[in-house]
Amino acid sequence: MASVPRSFLLLSIIPTILILCADFACCNTGRKTGDGLDTDFSGFSVPLEHSFEVDDVSRFRMRGALQLRGGRETSVSLSQSQLSEEDRNTLKEVAAVDGLYKIRVPRVSLTDRQTERQMDGYLTAFVRACSLVESHLSDVITLHTDVSGYLIGVSIVTIPGACRGTEVEDEVDLEAFNTTLTIIVPTNAPQPETALFIERMDIEHEKRGKPQEQKSFFAKYWMYIVPLVLFLMMSGAQDQSGGGAANGGGR
Amino acid sequence: MKPPAKMSKPTSLFVIFFSLFVMSEAVFEDQVGKFDWRQQYVGKTLFAHFDSHSQSSKKLFLATDKNIFASFNSRTGELFWRHVDKAGPEGTIDILLLHGQDALMVVGGGRLLRSWDTNMGGLNWEAVLDTGSFQAACFVAMQDTVKHVAVLKKAAISLHYLTNGHQKWVENLPDSDTVQYQAVYSGGEEEVYVLGVVPNSHLTIIAYSLEDGEIIKQRSVEAPWLSSVESSCVVVGHGVLMCVDTATLALYALPIQSLDLEVSPGFQPVLVSSQPHPARSPISEFFLQLGPDHHVLLQLNADGYTIAPLRDFQPAFLVSFSTTGEKTVAAVMTPKNETVKKKKNVASCMWSYSSDVFPPQLYVHAFLKKDDSVGYRVLVQTQDHALTFIQQPGRVVWTREEALADVVTMEMVDLPLTGTQAELEGEFGKKADGLFPMVLKRLSSQVILLQAWLAHLWKLFYEARKPHGQVKNEVTIETLSRDEFNLQKMMVMVTASGKLFGIDSKSGSILWKHYLENVQPNAVFKLIVQRTTAHFPHPPQCTLLIKDKDTGLASLHVFNPIFGRKSHIAPPALPRPILQSLLLPVIDQDYAKVLLLVDDQYKVTAFPSTKNVLQQLQEMASSIFFYLIRSDQGNLSGFRLRKDLSTERIWEVVLPTEVQKIVAVNGKRPNEHVHSQGRVMGDRSVLYKYLNPNLLAVVTESTDAHPERAFVGVFLVDGVTGRIIHEAVQRKARGPVHFVHSENWVVYEYWNTKSRRNEFSVLELFEGTELYNSTVFSSLDRPHLPQVLQQTYIFPSPITTMEATLTEKGITSRHLLVGLPSGAILSLPKMFLDPRRPEVVTEHSREENLIPYAPEMPIRTEWFINYNQTVARVKGIYTAPSGLESTCLVVAYGLDIYQTRVYPSKQFDVLKDDYDYVLISSVLFALFFATMISKRLAQVKLLNRAWR
Repeated sequence: MASVPRSFLLLSIIPTILILCADFACCNTGRKTGDGLDTDFSGFSVPLEHSFEVDDVSRFRMRGALQLRGGRETSVSLSQSQLSEEDRNTLKEVAAVDGLYKIRVPRVSLTDRQTERQMDGYLTAFVRACSLVESHLSDVITLHTDVSGYLIGVSIVTIPGACRGTEVEDEVDLEAFNTTLTIIVPTNAPQPETALFIERMDIEHEKRGKPQEQKSFFAKYWMYIVPLVLFLMMSGAQDQSGGGAANGGGR
Repeated sequence: MKPPAKMSKPTSLFVIFFSLFVMSEAVFEDQVGKFDWRQQYVGKTLFAHFDSHSQSSKKLFLATDKNIFASFNSRTGELFWRHVDKAGPEGTIDILLLHGQDALMVVGGGRLLRSWDTNMGGLNWEAVLDTGSFQAACFVAMQDTVKHVAVLKKAAISLHYLTNGHQKWVENLPDSDTVQYQAVYSGGEEEVYVLGVVPNSHLTIIAYSLEDGEIIKQRSVEAPWLSSVESSCVVVGHGVLMCVDTATLALYALPIQSLDLEVSPGFQPVLVSSQPHPARSPISEFFLQLGPDHHVLLQLNADGYTIAPLRDFQPAFLVSFSTTGEKTVAAVMTPKNETVKKKKNVASCMWSYSSDVFPPQLYVHAFLKKDDSVGYRVLVQTQDHALTFIQQPGRVVWTREEALADVVTMEMVDLPLTGTQAELEGEFGKKADGLFPMVLKRLSSQVILLQAWLAHLWKLFYEARKPHGQVKNEVTIETLSRDEFNLQKMMVMVTASGKLFGIDSKSGSILWKHYLENVQPNAVFKLIVQRTTAHFPHPPQCTLLIKDKDTGLASLHVFNPIFGRKSHIAPPALPRPILQSLLLPVIDQDYAKVLLLVDDQYKVTAFPSTKNVLQQLQEMASSIFFYLIRSDQGNLSGFRLRKDLSTERIWEVVLPTEVQKIVAVNGKRPNEHVHSQGRVMGDRSVLYKYLNPNLLAVVTESTDAHPERAFVGVFLVDGVTGRIIHEAVQRKARGPVHFVHSENWVVYEYWNTKSRRNEFSVLELFEGTELYNSTVFSSLDRPHLPQVLQQTYIFPSPITTMEATLTEKGITSRHLLVGLPSGAILSLPKMFLDPRRPEVVTEHSREENLIPYAPEMPIRTEWFINYNQTVARVKGIYTAPSGLESTCLVVAYGLDIYQTRVYPSKQFDVLKDDYDYVLISSVLFALFFATMISKRLAQVKLLNRAWR
């Protein structure tokens, strides 16, 4: 738990722009969730499945294996095989009828290996098959986890993402996936930045306040006090002397 | 309107021009009530008393299910005063007793005893009662004066002084674990009787001494037939307990003192009696209800043993007693008319009510007229929560629609065009059939226009002769028409009781109402505008989806929002529970938008489902996506429509319920327009907004409630692809979370558990300095994630609801309307909630007019749009655009309804009321003549020079 306050401190210093902290495949990410599970797991793998059918009925097949490493540092990598001749043809057919290319991963926890097997169900995402074909199988798969390390969602996009209807002639372009894999952990939302604000206010106060405070009352208003004193002295000199001047000075 | 005080008399053109933009934001005193109105409600009546203290009194006291104690003017139905207690069980009013000028109330399930002064509505005193659930209370009189009140709890009885609430004595009830004590009775003697029952065994009667609370007598009577004192026993005559046996339909009379049992033939289980004065015994006549519409008036004879039937009332739904002086009347409500019967001679008053709002409660007030005859007033609470006050000949004096105290959802619908405008519209709407008919049609509509204009002139001329005060345009359903700037609209309000209202937004008068029968109390409503007023020959059409929360079974009510009439279009039968409803932009041949209803087998029903619609749906099926959320499983999933109207699941996101639970999901409003695609920054580059119309904001709360570990999660999910756009966690925070999702931003408010304060956070999404595809937005083709900026502020008040202003074209800057628990509605400029507010002021930020960051959000009193017109328990705020870009119509509802207009960027498109037309036109003319003259002079000069 000790890492929590430190991360907050860091957050309060960085400027307001919070760009999504996206960490790329095979790179280690500094997990900010502060679960602090010290056990260093050796990675485990889960299947990444895909489905593309002309009749849009999902039939998931193996696409590759995701190597996940939980614990303090989350990392993910993907090993996948090439598309077979048959798959390539199906994919082209699906793209022609504007079908969908779907992927799914099982729901797992990156930190807690015990519950990994118990959770059932899959996380599913899709992309238009035509855009996958037109981008020559270059896709970006993003895995999202929640604060305690459960996988909560997966998304797939292709770059470029549009379907322009361009024919892909070269069969070689559809053989191997060019995948960018990302895992995203939730960002910490900022707290109100009171400390910095107070600091700034103090500095401003100092700037503005100091020269004024240094001047004494007499130094500021001598031009009014001196004539007053003189006037009192002049008028008082006829009857008594000094009384008025003492009053004026004492104020 | 008074000219803004700070403006000096404009002297130059520039000042006039500038003064259009500089207008004080706050309301001037003489503007109060000009554009806004408030209506106050109290809710469904639980207890009602007439002020019988003085003959001429016109006060009426009500305690309601909304924990409100209120006083009404019985002549007009206006509210004198109202006390709003805490919502929920803590403020429940258990009983309201009235004696003289004191109103006694037990509050919060026997927590507090309060005494109110009925004259002024002030609190006399308040006494905290011992713990224990409240059972009954009654006044206790001694020698004809009422000095005490007895409160019966589950295990104790206490006696309090009426003057100061101090406890005289408290006694524990014997055997309270077996005996259920349910009633307390005092007949003006020195004793207080407590009645308890052991169900189906025996009845226990304990008499306590008034002086010191000693048990004087304790009796037990065998009563194996009795299960509850409350529902089947009343005290009649001189201390005779009358009980009815539900099983064998026998009537038992049980004189408390003598404990003799007397059986006489009887039937059904409900007894009604009356005790006019706590110092005296109840009257010996009582009603016995034999069936839902059958009552018998019976009399207990002076010997206390025999019962004589006086009169049989059939059919009769409701009965009630009322006493004035020595005379007691019994009121009987019969299905066709209402009869008020005075002992034996009958006086009746007739008034009509529709049979679908069968009245569940009836309160009668009898009073002595000047000629010593008895007059009657009746207060009827009907099932649709309407409160009607009737005077003797059957005249309805006033009606209050208390259903409006619980508005669930609402929409604002444009009013139809005037008859002449509609005529012109209709001309273009019809199919062209030849040149000659078209000319005829044009001529006829011109004639109609001329007629209307002449009629208007005549009306003006006629009304000009009348004194000004009498010319008051009454808003009726016939005269409804759209005004020039579409500022007047029809507010369609749906209330929890199932009553629909159409309210004129300008005056607040109810123009139509419609009560839906058979609406379950736990029903969920969704109001959908399928066709607006814009398609003239076709009437506007609203659809109300009523869904039972438990079973999920739904029904549709289709109606015309302007007149409230049910539409002749038959809604589809929905045999299966409905999971989701979505309004498509697809329009059928009658210009009605198509509503899709998804049932629990993911089958889709379309409404309307004409051939045209089905064909369009088939064509568009592959581009119709929708999402479903199961918050109990933490499951969000997306579906795509197939050509055969079945669906296919295409994405799934699961938030484990062990960690966090989904509390709210909010998309954007479909009628929202964003004028500016981006923001111009200080260095003249543009930061483009990420304007995804399919974006959903999902807010979660952690299941772990520990203040250190609790968090609030904010997920931005694309509703089409299921892609999680952003995922943020607010640590050490918990709900209730209020949030607004609009344009490219989400504003949410939560409770910071560590610093113990409310905080506002704002998220803004930007595409960056370049747009990916500037022509069209598609969720399927937007591969790059947006930049997310976020900033958090301290807000010095808790909030109850939040909404953003909405204008026609989205040019006007946005304000957040925040409902505070105090009833104030704060109009907070969105400018203050801007994640780009800089920590340190730079040249660029100054150029952009960004306010430097300050952690605390100010609350300025001039930002309260409802000045002192607080909206009690504000539950929701509805905003609607008007025809003027600068103006947004706002309705805040809760216990009260408040309607006003807001101008987030001031009234930049409206000339002020005190606009100096004379000055500007004289300046224009002067300039015009000056140019003419100078032109002439120049010509002369040129000519002269040429001659030289």
